[in-house]
This record gives sequence, structure tokens and C-alpha cells, in this order.
Amino acid sequence: MTLEQIAFIIVAIVTLVAGISVVTSRNLIHSALWLILTLFGIAIYYVFLNAGFFAVIQVIVYIGAIAILFIFASMLTRRVMQDTGPQTNSNWWLGALISLLLFAGIILIFVNWQGFTTSAPDLANSSGQISQLGLALVSPDQYLLPFELASILLVAGMIGAIFVAGEKKQ
Amino acid sequence: MIPLSWYLIFAAILFCIGLYGVLVRKNAIAILMGIELMLNSININLIAFWRYRSPDGIAGQAFAIIVFAVAAAEVAVGLALIISIYRRRSSVVADDMNMLKW
Repeated sequence: MTLEQIAFIIVAIVTLVAGISVVTSRNLIHSALWLILTLFGIAIYYVFLNAGFFAVIQVIVYIGAIAILFIFASMLTRRVMQDTGPQTNSNWWLGALISLLLFAGIILIFVNWQGFTTSAPDLANSSGQISQLGLALVSPDQYLLPFELASILLVAGMIGAIFVAGEKKQ
Repeated sequence: MIPLSWYLIFAAILFCIGLYGVLVRKNAIAILMGIELMLNSININLIAFWRYRSPDGIAGQAFAIIVFAVAAAEVAVGLALIISIYRRRSSVVADDMNMLKW
């Protein structure tokens, strides 16, 4: 076992334990903090996959914006959901069963697939990756339309969030 | 080297944890956290397939960027809706949000 594989396993264990804590911890603030740890583990995997740009985006967008938004929202709604009483609904065993069945189904599809255990091919030019991605996002014959749609979606989401959550002045 | 299967199994486990959270939690904010876990595992899959199957192309990375943008918009609108409902009903439990029920 190489050093890289040992590092992978350690990060996987930490990330999965944090992920389980996100969905099981009673206190919502603790859930948000565990979510930050999970997102950090995923950023480490982007580094493993030679996608350092995505690791940076993961830290900035997910941890810097989305996780903080979760913490703000759980602070704004804190009084009602105290740390007492059940945090899960009565059919929790059904949810666990569905997740386990889905996992078994995914694994069943994977083991019957040829390319499941391939190792990574060599990366041709790892330095020109970001400029290549940037050019692909703005060139009309590649991904200009999805890029513009994403920006329209972000603007609409921002206006909608301000309108829905803002105080109504009489 | 790490085989592709490790990333796929990791992402599958994380997706199922997120699905469990979405199906089981009562708090609407915790449900959104489960959705975030699911979107993140999908992003790992996209980047891993890009790296192992077509490292010369750029499609996997472009899709991952779109998933990032959609996740940001989704969580902003979702949390705004939850805060707005909390103002009216003083509750964030998903079972209590039955104003549209006939």
C-alpha cells in the first residue's frame, strides 16, 4: 500500500464520520460544523484528483459561503428546535433501509462494469488546465450557454432570496 | 496509484448518508444539509470520471462548475424560504409546513 492510498483511507474515514455526524447530531450548529469538516475532506480529494482549482472553489464557495449561510440560518431559527425531543421522524428505519438498498444497487452496478478498477492515465498538461477550462466556458461552440444559464440562475436566486427573506415594509 | 473504484465507493457512501439525512431529519435546515452532501458526492464523481476516463477533455470540469452554481442558488433560495416560513409559523419542522394543504 502506497503512502497516497493510506492518506486516501484516513481522509475517507474522517470525512465519512463527519458526514454521519451531520445527519445524526442533535444540535444544528454542530451539524453545520461537521458539514464544514466534510467539505474540507472533499476539497482534499479534489487535490488528489489533480483538480486544485476545484479545491480552492470548494473552500471559497462551499465552506466560505454555503456553510456560513447554514450557520446563520440555524442561528436565526434556533429557539423553536431545542436540543430536546426526537430529531428524526417516525419512519427513520424506512429511510435507512432505502439508503442501504440504494447503496447496494450502486455497488451492484459498479462491480459489473469493466472500467471500475482502472488507474489514472497520465495528465498531459496540468499547468494549462485552468486556462483551458476558462476558454471552454466562454467559447460559443463549447459551454457558453450553460455558463450564461448558470449566471442567470444565480442572479434569479439572489433576487428571490432577498425578496422572500427580506422584511416586508408596510 | 488509487484506483477509480475507491472514489466511486466513497461518493456512493456519502450520497447514501445524504439521502438518509434528507429522508429522516425533521428540521428543514438539516434536510438542506443532506442535499448539500448529495451534491458534493456527485461532484466527486464528476471530477473522478474526468480524471480517469477523459483527462484531455474539459466536459467533466464544466459540469462540476455548473453543479457548484446550482448548489449555491439552491441553498440561498432554500434557506430564505425556511426563514420566511419561520417568521410566519415559528417553526422549521418540515411536517408543520402544511399551509398549502387543502
